[in-house]
This record gives sequence, C-alpha cells and structure tokens, in this order.
Amino acid sequence: MSSLLEPEVIEVMEHSSANPENMPGDLTAEEKAEIDREASHYENKSAVGLEALRIVQKYRGWISDDTLQAISAYLDVPAAQLESVATYFQLIFRQPVGREVIYLCKSASCWIKGCDRLQQHIYECLKIEPGQTSADGIFTLLEAPCLGDCDKAPVLMLGEEMFRNLDEAAIENLIKKKKKYHADQSLD
Amino acid sequence: MLINPLTKNVTDQNVAADLKRYLGNGGYEGWRKAHTMAPDKIIDLVKDGGLRGRGGAGFNTGLKWSFVPRGADAPEQKFIVCNADEMEPGTFKDRLLMERDPHLLLEGMAIAAYAIGASIGYIFIRGEYHLAAERLEHAIEEAKTQGFLGTDISASGFSLEIFVHRSAGNYICGEETALLNALEGRRAIPRAKPPFPQVSGLWGKPTVVNNVETFCNIPHLVEFGVEWYRGLGRGEDAGSKLFGVSGNVKNPGTWELPMGTPIREIIEQHAGGMHDGLRLKGLLPGGGSTDFLGPEHLDLRMDYDVIGRAGSRMGTGTIIVLDNQTCPVGLVLNLCQFFARESCGWCTPCRDGLPWIVKILQRIEAGEGRSEDLDLLREQCQRIGPGNTFCALAPGAAEPLQSALVRFEQDFFNHIKQHRCPYR
Ligand SMILES: Cc1cc2nc3c(=O)[nH]c(=O)nc-3n(C[C@H](O)[C@H](O)[C@H](O)COP(=O)(O)O)c2cc1C
Ligand code: SF4
Ligand code: FES
Repeated sequence: MSSLLEPEVIEVMEHSSANPENMPGDLTAEEKAEIDREASHYENKSAVGLEALRIVQKYRGWISDDTLQAISAYLDVPAAQLESVATYFQLIFRQPVGREVIYLCKSASCWIKGCDRLQQHIYECLKIEPGQTSADGIFTLLEAPCLGDCDKAPVLMLGEEMFRNLDEAAIENLIKKKKKYHADQSLD
Repeated sequence: MLINPLTKNVTDQNVAADLKRYLGNGGYEGWRKAHTMAPDKIIDLVKDGGLRGRGGAGFNTGLKWSFVPRGADAPEQKFIVCNADEMEPGTFKDRLLMERDPHLLLEGMAIAAYAIGASIGYIFIRGEYHLAAERLEHAIEEAKTQGFLGTDISASGFSLEIFVHRSAGNYICGEETALLNALEGRRAIPRAKPPFPQVSGLWGKPTVVNNVETFCNIPHLVEFGVEWYRGLGRGEDAGSKLFGVSGNVKNPGTWELPMGTPIREIIEQHAGGMHDGLRLKGLLPGGGSTDFLGPEHLDLRMDYDVIGRAGSRMGTGTIIVLDNQTCPVGLVLNLCQFFARESCGWCTPCRDGLPWIVKILQRIEAGEGRSEDLDLLREQCQRIGPGNTFCALAPGAAEPLQSALVRFEQDFFNHIKQHRCPYR
C-alpha cells in the first residue's frame, strides 16, 4: 500500500517542459531520446515502462493522464499496463506535486531519533502533513521508507539530495533556503 | 595480508574510487585471474570459500550459482542481476559500497557473469539512490573504455554488458522474484517458487540474483583464494562483513569487520556504547525484519547460524539498538506500519493482517488497549508467519513483533494497565 497523495492545493504548475510548443501530452525530443537510450538495454519495449515514466516525470513533476497516454503511444504498450505500473510504484506520481518533494524518513532508526518531531515541525512551518502540498505550491511532504542513512538519523531527501543528522533548526534553514530560491526564480 | 577487502578503497571523503585509483590499488586482478579459470572452477572456489549471501538469507553463493543449467541443452541467454534495492529499515551498507567503490561491484558481477555464462547484467537500484546510480553508470563507462566490460573481453570471446535499472520505490522489489517482475516492466509481485530464478528467471531465462555486498566479496575471494577468505572470519562463517549500528549509541556507523565479531564488540567498541544515561534494552541484529535479541546475547558472534540458534537472524548485519527510554511498543508499531505499507497486497494474511496488527498496536500505544489484545497479536503473528503467505515479507514482519511480545511483555501490559504510554 503506497502512500497516497492528497494534495490540498490543486493548482500546481507542471514543471517546465523542454519544448513548450508541444501538446501537453506529447513527449519532447529530449524525453524520447532518454527513453530510447534506456530501451536499448532491454529485450522488449514494455520493460522500459517504469523507466519511461520516471524519465518523463523528471521533466514534468508528475504523470498526467495525457502524459501516460503519450508514453503508451510512444512505447506501443497498452495504457492499462503502464497504469498498472504507474500506480504501483511509490515514486511515480499520478497527481500533481509541489516543485520540491520532501521525503521524510519515517522508518525505525529515524523514528528512534525523533522523526515524528521533525514532521511536527514541518507542519508548523508549512502547514502540510504527509501527502499534502503547501499553499504556495512549492513543497510536497511524503513519508519515506528507510533511506539507507540510518547512522545519520534523522534524515530526509529533498529532490535528489540527502540531508542528515537533522534537527528543527536545520529543517527551518532548509525550508527558508528553498523558499528564497523559488522566490528569486519567479523574479527572473 | 589484506583484512578489509570490501572497504580498502573507502576513504573519509565522499568520493568514488575512480578506475585509476581502483587499478592502482590492485583492482580487476580477480577478474583477470577468473579469465584464466574454467567457469565451474570459479563456482567451486566460491562454494568452498563459504561466502553466504549478504542480502539477508545467507545462502551459500557458489551453491546458488551451481544451480544454473550448463552444457549444450541449457538456454544460451542467461542473466546476472544485482539486488541494490536496499530498503530494510535500519540497513545502510549497500549504499556505501556503491557510492564509494562502484568498480568493486562491477568486478564481482563480471566474475559471476563469467562463471554462470551470463552476457547481460542488471543492477536493480532503488529510485532514491541517485548518487549511487550516477557513480555506477560512470564506473561502467570507465570499465568499458579499458575493456573490462564490453564485447570479447581480453580477446577471450566472452562479452558482458552491465546496465543500471533505476526503480521507483517499494520494499517488495527487493524480494528477488518481485524484482524480476519489476525488471520486466510489471508490477513487482513475487512469483511462485519453484521454478527458482537460477532455472527460470528474467524473461524465463536462467538468472542469478545476488546482493551488492555479496558481489563485492567475489573479486578478492577469487584473487587470494579459499584459505585466505576463510581465515578472515573469526567464528564459524568465512569472510568479512559490513556491520552497522544505528539508534542511541555514541558513534553510529558502518565498519568492515570479520564475520563472527561479537555483538558486544560492535556496539561497545565500534559504536562507542550507549549514550550516557541510557541502557541497552534490546537489539534487532540485522534490520527491521529480524527478532529482538537482548543484553544477554551481547557476547554472541555475528555468524549466521549463531544468531539463528539464538532465535533471530543475521539478516543484513546492521544492528538497530533499542534503549531503555524508547518505547518498544512504539518501535514495533513503527516497523509494522512500514511492512503494512510495503505489502504488495497479493495475499490476504499480509494485505489484511498487517493493517489489523497496526490498528491494535496503535490503540495499545494510545492507552486504549484491551487485555485480550496481546492474544490477538500472538494469533496474528501465527497467521502471517512462515507457510501462510506467498513471500517472506509477512513472516519478516512477524519477527520483531513476536519477539517483542515475549521480551517486552511487561511493557505491553503497562500500556494497557496504565491506559497510556509509560515512555511519554
Ligand atoms: C520483502 C523482501 C525484501 C528484500 N529486500 C532485499 C534487498 O533490498 N536487497 C537484497 O539484497 N535482498 C533483499 N531480499 C532478499 C532477496 O530476496 C534475495 O534473497 C537476495 O537478493 C539474494 O542475494 P544474496 O544471496 O546475495 O543474499 C529481500 C527479501 C524479501 C522477502
Ligand atoms: S506476503 Fe505480502 S508482500 Fe509477500 S506476496 Fe503476500 S501480500 Fe505480497
Ligand atoms: S531508518 Fe531512516 S534512514 Fe534508515
């Protein structure tokens, strides 16, 4: 049973796709090239389904129905089969998420080291619980299974980056830094 | 003689040993030597070395390889697969090996592939391990440029390609047959065994799945031989192992130590002992799906059968320490929540039983437990135990719970009697 996303904020922008003229569903040349590269590693195309979902999600933030259809058409794999994979894996998002996904480790070692306190603090800073997206559309909080850094617990992963030996102050700093980054981005 | 073959290239700096450094430190010598040997001689050597799988079950690796069909009637295409799905709560060893010494894994896989006759290898890595995946991909490119991977390696006629497959979450992908389904692009639901993957695995072809750390043992075992390898262990089992400790100890971490190192030495010397003011109440010797041991077990050696005889499992060899100020009911609840969430939902005892267990534990922890709840939990442990489910996830979930119910029974009682968690 994977964690279900229940975003409070519906209006989240899709991540900028490399080629804005394309239909929202169509795959970009960049996405296709990356999928082709992975597909060459397998005997048949259906094996690359998950990697294709992951690659496209990297550019778009999540997998919309249109996107799923586009991947299905490109790989010539039935959409239902792709959907069965997309809904199975926890890191494939079938609903919009914020631009920064916080994966807070909730497993045993991090629990012993107080991850519940960190979760409470994230709530105080951003008013989001696991599965929710902040009102500004920047942060989505998810509960993560053990992230393999248990000697540095408690930990979280933000995007692709690990943050270790955390306390409340470190969480605050991180959020502040990311907020500033996105504020600067939107000024440009 | 070399005593730390798994981590000899690991430094304080968070960088991967590149090919130059790897070669400079004796890298790919095992692979060179393997080339001069007949494949079945390598299998015998690994079998005799006594290397046991580091993914948790501890099966003899050479024996596993020997089940792959050989000869003219065997399917020509075979696969070697590395299980890098590391997600067992409290386990942090494969990440280190892949991030710091990716060539060691590649060399181990190459020797394994040669031994079983596989020409394609996949590293199945969990989606969260971005850095490890990047470093492995880079190492593969490096190895190709020097002819350690690719076609007709060292003009031997043997070819091998290794690819990194990035997964996207889910603990169950670590179960080797679920992993194969995921690799084929399906939902990661375990397959019925037999047939075992060695006979019919990826796309129905003979496939060997081994853990990251298992592969990392191979190069030096082949290079230096059985006697050296057996001599690394201090007790019953051969070789060295990455042991780790997490929890409220002074110096949590991972260390390469001889197999058979006593638990006390790992916790007190290497991990620096408990934080001041805390006592050790229990420990999970090998990750979240192993039975609790107690202070009376500290002098046991970390060997598969020693820990097995004490009623638990070596598992991944990464110890989670429970101290006397952390609630055992809360810890077990946390573990059961993990397993309930990670259940693939295929069989009823696991899919429905685990959430039920979570509910009961939640109400005990909230001070609303009933006296009959403990019997209910014991009954549930039976139902999700070995033989009743399709794979080992549910029996694994039962292990910390069933042992906690015995070992920490008084704590469960206190929750129910006092209508609250006494640790808060
Ligand atoms: C639910 C479940 C999860 C598992 N996760 C892993 C894992 O992440 N890594 C791993 O190497 N083995 C894992 N295993 C064990 C594998 O099924 C398999 O035994 C192992 O990869 C074999 O490699 P070895 O013989 O080298 O240990 C898991 C088993 C189960 C039942
Ligand atoms: S025991 Fe659980 S994880 Fe394993 S097959 Fe059954 S439902 Fe799936
Ligand atoms: S339990 Fe959090 S990183 Fe392992």
